[in-house]
Amino acid sequence: MEPSILHADLDSFYASVEQRDDPALRGRPVLVGGGVVLAASYEAKAHGISTPMNVRHALHRCPDAIVVPPRFEAYVEASRRVFEVFHDTTPVVEGISIDEAFLDVSGLRRLRGPAVHVAAELRRHVRERVGLPITVGVARTKFLAKVASGAGKPDGLLVVEPDDEQRFLHSLPVQKLWGVGPVTGEALNARGLRTVGQVAAIDEPDLVAMIGKAAGRHLHALANLRDPRPVVTGQRRGSMGAQHALGRGPHGWDVVDGTLLALVDRVTGRMRAAGRTGATVTVRVRLDDFRRLSRARTLPTPTDRTETVLTTARELLGDLRPLLEREGVTLVGVSVGNLDDHGAQLELPLGDDSNPRAAAGAALDDVLDAVRGKFGRAAVERAVQLGRHAPSEAPHLPD
Amino acid sequence: MRFRIERDALADAVAWTARSLPHRPSVPVLAGLLVETGPDGLTLSGFDYETSTRATLPAEVIDDGRVLVSGRLLAEIVKSLPNKPVELTLDGTKVALTCGASRFSLQTLPVEEYPQLPTMPSSSGTVKSDEFAQAVAQAGAAAGRDEMLPLLTGIRLEMEGSTISLMATDRFRASLRDVVWAPEQNDVTAHALVPARVLTDTAKSLVSGSDVTIAIATGDTGDGLIGFEGTVGTGTRRTTTRLLEGDFPRVRQLFATQGETVAYVATQSLVEAVRRVSLVAERNTPVRLTFSDGSLLLEAGSGDEAQASESIEATIEGPDISIGFNPSYLLEGLSVMQEPVVHLAFTQHTKPAALAGVPEVGAVPDFAFRYLIMPVRLQS
Repeated sequence: MEPSILHADLDSFYASVEQRDDPALRGRPVLVGGGVVLAASYEAKAHGISTPMNVRHALHRCPDAIVVPPRFEAYVEASRRVFEVFHDTTPVVEGISIDEAFLDVSGLRRLRGPAVHVAAELRRHVRERVGLPITVGVARTKFLAKVASGAGKPDGLLVVEPDDEQRFLHSLPVQKLWGVGPVTGEALNARGLRTVGQVAAIDEPDLVAMIGKAAGRHLHALANLRDPRPVVTGQRRGSMGAQHALGRGPHGWDVVDGTLLALVDRVTGRMRAAGRTGATVTVRVRLDDFRRLSRARTLPTPTDRTETVLTTARELLGDLRPLLEREGVTLVGVSVGNLDDHGAQLELPLGDDSNPRAAAGAALDDVLDAVRGKFGRAAVERAVQLGRHAPSEAPHLPD
Repeated sequence: MRFRIERDALADAVAWTARSLPHRPSVPVLAGLLVETGPDGLTLSGFDYETSTRATLPAEVIDDGRVLVSGRLLAEIVKSLPNKPVELTLDGTKVALTCGASRFSLQTLPVEEYPQLPTMPSSSGTVKSDEFAQAVAQAGAAAGRDEMLPLLTGIRLEMEGSTISLMATDRFRASLRDVVWAPEQNDVTAHALVPARVLTDTAKSLVSGSDVTIAIATGDTGDGLIGFEGTVGTGTRRTTTRLLEGDFPRVRQLFATQGETVAYVATQSLVEAVRRVSLVAERNTPVRLTFSDGSLLLEAGSGDEAQASESIEATIEGPDISIGFNPSYLLEGLSVMQEPVVHLAFTQHTKPAALAGVPEVGAVPDFAFRYLIMPVRLQS
């Protein structure tokens, strides 16, 4: 079986769009962001800048860097056009995020030649039609294709041939394996396991004993080149979320809470527009030192109601409040997961006396959706949001 | 205590009384069925602190007395006896039961520990038993089954002069049924929230007599209580149950809106079509109903999985509409409609739809029974 899965990943996406649109930025270190670096051009990355990092800290490392504010509309538009190229290449496209996707080109062998040709064409088309650099990894499995694109960056094309898979994979550090974060990586390193090859040599039960059942089985399979997941198209999103970087604090609790409020408003609005309901509310935060934490709760019944999600999200964030006030918070995010795959069962407008807030909230959601649908997002705001910048909306794949 | 009685009469009464006994009694004596004999004949009682049942029936009483025996065991035994006279005798701490050549000896439970049954409140009025049973079944179709929301597991009765309105809702559906009754006082106004399961069972079990007496004691003194009494054969059956507490949602106002699109569809065709297409609707997924051009198109199933569609004749007034429903909510409402044609009224695809039975296409519903369903928001 020859490699036929492509992982296409735009290089330093936001920064590349800025460099494309402003010739003065080309060839120079560019940082996109306000308080925190959202994207850095390769020229900036050469100075050891990564994301996320404080802009001040980044400028300390690279004083010549040019900082530009994000223009999310431009990124959404660029992404849309890149995905057009993907879909012109093959019908089997699985979008992962705004700037990356898997493509299965196994059906194009006779039409367009081997996958490596298709990948080269794809890179050329993205460059010509959208003006952006993209790296493509080609392999037999999704996992290897993704690792290959990571290794091929920037603006590259890397093919992992079947007889070279083991050598390629086993030389990589364990952190390159999907699902290995800092904690698991640390646990493996502590046992002297630094490369994927070393992990592959461990028996599955031993690996399970080290890092737990799910992670152990998962890593054992990946390290031994077992990854049967197909490229799936049109898969419905499992969750919807939004996050907002606050920049360095200290921030008053009203700012943190107001941000959460605006994010919940946006997420539940998107859910209602897409006709989805979800049961699991997750609140994510990033601390001043870039550590991340999350808290989640699953509701008894799925909902798309702002008031219900907000109440839960506030409780979750409230649990973290002492920590956040002590350590500082630089990002707040909220997502609703466990999304139903079908429309929401609506509730009768019972004017529920036992919970008048919920009833009023439901009526309010409908009215606000209608007003915003007609006059735009900013047409109506909560009073607490007056005079505040609504958190900018980071681009996402269409719902 | 000693009495003699025909097997069938005893079996019916024991089965009816034993039905309300708790499966896992909080105290052992509640598993017991109280058997009493006296001048009124034979009385059988059961109680689980919420609901009490009492059957009184004529019997040949030889000795007065009272005894408590395991209700389930007695019901099993009596059910399988041959059709011959049965004799029950208390003998020390045991009850001897004989029927033809069969003999049983049952251990008694401590009757002195058995709780006092609630007394039946004084009569509030009477209602025709068959109409009442139908009204309860119709209203109960929308009652909630989620024990986490006890308030919604009830059927609310509102008595206003000579009308009882029965209503229920589980937040997704609502029902409203009016039935005529003969109140003791013509200007009566009262209301009660009765557990739907108890009310449905009770109303159904009292249809063989002509009337049912309803007796309400609202919670001025202690817990609110409602009692129902009817006749079965030559005996009487009486149930009391504790009322549910809380402010029931104002269901009636939901029925006030007028439909913009009205459709008439043959009830039976609709039931069968919904049943068929919903075979491919996975759990909690909707059936889409599209009313257009003199026909109703039903569709279910997702793009990836199985799909089904069926078109049936419909008479439509007003703008076309496409609307999604949980198929079981539709079927549960349609299954308690007696009329051959169903009248469906819609405003928007995100607003409740009202269903009512009518005798023929074009008829205006008399609104004796109305059923409201909240749609599923269809994905674009």
